[in-house]
Amino acid sequence: MRSYLKMYSLLLAVIMIAGCGRPEGGSSRVVLQNKGSDTLVNVAQAWAEAYQTVNPAIAIAVTGGGSGTGIASLINGTVDIANASRQIKESEATTMAEAGQAPVEFIVGYDALAIFLHEDNPIQEMSVEQLREIYVDGGSLERWSQLGVTVPGCSSDEIIRISRQNNSGTYAYFREAVLDEGDFKLGSRDMHGSKDVVDLVMNTACAIGYSGLAYATDEIHMPCVIADGSEECVFPTVETAIDATYPIARPLFMYTAGQPEGAVAEYLQWILSSEGQCIILAKGYAPADTVDCSPASM
Amino acid sequence: MSDTVIQEGRLDRRDVSWFVDKTVQVLMFVGGISAVIFIVGIFVFVGKEGFSFLFEGFSFTEFFGSINWRPTSENNQTFGALALIVGTASVTGMAMLVAIPFSLGAAIYIGEFATGKTRESLKILVELLAAIPSVVWGFIGLTIMNGIIIDLFDIPIGLNVLNAGIILGLMAAPIMTTIAEDALKAVPDKYREAAEAMGATKWQMIRQVVLPAAKNGLVSAVLLGIGRGFGETMAVLMASGHSINIPGSPFDSVRALTATIAAELGETAVGSDHYGALFTLGIFLFIITFLINLTADLVVKGIRKK
Repeated sequence: MRSYLKMYSLLLAVIMIAGCGRPEGGSSRVVLQNKGSDTLVNVAQAWAEAYQTVNPAIAIAVTGGGSGTGIASLINGTVDIANASRQIKESEATTMAEAGQAPVEFIVGYDALAIFLHEDNPIQEMSVEQLREIYVDGGSLERWSQLGVTVPGCSSDEIIRISRQNNSGTYAYFREAVLDEGDFKLGSRDMHGSKDVVDLVMNTACAIGYSGLAYATDEIHMPCVIADGSEECVFPTVETAIDATYPIARPLFMYTAGQPEGAVAEYLQWILSSEGQCIILAKGYAPADTVDCSPASM
Repeated sequence: MSDTVIQEGRLDRRDVSWFVDKTVQVLMFVGGISAVIFIVGIFVFVGKEGFSFLFEGFSFTEFFGSINWRPTSENNQTFGALALIVGTASVTGMAMLVAIPFSLGAAIYIGEFATGKTRESLKILVELLAAIPSVVWGFIGLTIMNGIIIDLFDIPIGLNVLNAGIILGLMAAPIMTTIAEDALKAVPDKYREAAEAMGATKWQMIRQVVLPAAKNGLVSAVLLGIGRGFGETMAVLMASGHSINIPGSPFDSVRALTATIAAELGETAVGSDHYGALFTLGIFLFIITFLINLTADLVVKGIRKK
């Protein structure tokens, strides 16, 4: 019996020593942490993958979580680059500046915020004013018939508002661009991600929702949007986001703490190069500047 | 003589088994008190984060009397949790309407009627139901139940109290069944034998002898189910519609306390009013769940005293 115990303790000791002695990842690879906006997460991942062929010595770990999460992590110093679908808040920038690392902003592309309707919804054009009356606190539009349409499959006639959780960048941008900084009407269904918005609108005849254009699918109907004080109705496309004729298009940001150096600087430079910009274009967003991505130019 | 000396010496010797004995003793002790340490630790942490808000920005009447939950508003931040509290309560209430008949029926069948293989396989199946992750339940609510409810009741959207209540009821049923069945098993067989000897039918025996005798255990099963309902997060977040609203019917969307914390905490700046308000919701949930579990415990203790 005792010899068994001795053997066990010996074994245990060996395992523990082996555990302690394990070398800590002996490779010299640099890993950059990149976190933030769910709107940007798909394209950030595509960038990270493509960059492997450009510079195999640098690996980029991409995580989503939202613009606020990314910026919070940048403040805490746990990430190298934060992705954001909204501009950094003054309070956040002040916190960083006080810590000695003022944020540096890079516009890496543009995104058109599309309005999503069920495919049976007959509405072809909507004005920003109509959207405001639907979504803003105290707004007058509650029923589809007030817009002069009957939506097939929506017998209750009620406008089902689909929105985002209240700290997403998409939510904040919609409030700024459409609601004139007013508050959202209570009672909207607040989804936790752009994809959930699309899924729900696809299955709900009475619904209206909003999200980045890149999340649109074939089974969803997107009306054109008329800006305040304008006559022209503009469809959300990559082109109208680039030339800023679409009224609800926003810049997409990457932030670093202080001027980027070394690997981070190289990576950001590559993202803003035509190679990086063609990737964001391929993902359904607009590039930061016009680029030629035709096969001949590559 | 020399023999006894050696014997005594052996008793005091600090050999390997003595150390093993002591080590195991310490490990057991640590294991035993760790639950207490964790609970106290969690309470201190949640309290610490929430108290800054509780003593500064907190307004009792707004928190419990207003439905205006606008934590990220630019010009008028308000923290009214009434709609969230009503939302959690209504979903849990609906869940109990679903779970009580199911779990009580299942417990009576497993405990009193089923025998042999049927009984064993049923018990395993019920426990298997408890092993389904809540995000899977939520996904069923979001995709399958949503469509079914829209078609069945001809309403615009199927993410509502009914959907979340059914999902939550099915989630709470396994644990309620297991506890209710234990309560029925705790009723001594001599009660049943006496009832049968008096000529009672099986139904009469269950209704008039076994159920009243197991009453406390059954009540605590229901209370634990309610506690489960209050605490469940993911499935409720996905199936309830996550909409700030005082429900007027089971077909209205609502938002639960837990779901609000889950959806918003990840992107809130640490130390802000919003952060503190979410932890205040956490304190409130903690107190409610604690009270429910305490009541369940006291009810069960009530049986043992008899």
